[in-house]
Amino acid sequence: MKDQGSYRPLSYFQLMEISLRELLVEKGIVTDAQVNAEVEDMRRRGPERGARVVAKAWTDPEYRKRLLLNGTAACEELGLDIPALKLVVVENTPDVHNAIVCTLCSCYPRMLLGIPPDWYKSRNYRSRMVREPREVLKEFGLMIGEEIQIRVHDSTAEMRYLVLPMRPPGTEGWSEERLAGLVTRDSMIGVALPDSPGKTA
Amino acid sequence: MRAHPAGHVRTPFYIRGCVGEVERLCGAFPNPEQLAERRDGLPAVPLYRVRFRQKEVWPDYRGSDSDLLEVEIFQHWLEKP
Repeated sequence: MKDQGSYRPLSYFQLMEISLRELLVEKGIVTDAQVNAEVEDMRRRGPERGARVVAKAWTDPEYRKRLLLNGTAACEELGLDIPALKLVVVENTPDVHNAIVCTLCSCYPRMLLGIPPDWYKSRNYRSRMVREPREVLKEFGLMIGEEIQIRVHDSTAEMRYLVLPMRPPGTEGWSEERLAGLVTRDSMIGVALPDSPGKTA
Repeated sequence: MRAHPAGHVRTPFYIRGCVGEVERLCGAFPNPEQLAERRDGLPAVPLYRVRFRQKEVWPDYRGSDSDLLEVEIFQHWLEKP
């Protein structure tokens, strides 16, 4: 067995992963190099990709329209390679707050946000987000007033979801790059708001 | 009564038997029931995003009356109310 660290025993799933991977390599179905390249690719993709999309939508009203109409095509427009990603973008407004969950497993727009955080995959988040979203958001430090409608999107099948948060006030005239710096991963899942301009100034 | 409602395994338990409105047609996708058996999934099946009122899904829901829940469901797992 290759060096997987000897400081604690492998879990069932770690062992399964290694066994399966080694078998696939042994049988010539994939090579180690291909597996490594894929892992590297996955690690390289992070929320800054989604942030680019959001910042573009904040500064370009026509792009925003296209993004809401067809998220996949709008991402491709920015040259983001998003194989097999069928994207639905949901927009926050003064009256509506959107949040994303996958109750069946842990579907997540990895192509735009990278590897999902552990809490997103937790049973706690997955079961409670559809049942009591306001309480869950409160635990994230996000208080949503009763006058604001909450829309929870359960990604149960083919589509993946991205929240288009509201542009923070006090950012008039900012460049796309600077705006993108305010767009956090959690704000694109809908459990937080983007950073406020003071925070990064 | 809701513990084991009838429905397809990929229709979440909590939404089975609830009445919602189609929010949009997502397109047609290979039938997951067939894919699970390593068949080609054709003909493709229409997939909808269906919108439910939280108060309809959870009678004791705490939150605004207007709160919504949206779920993707394949056409053949839906029925007319």
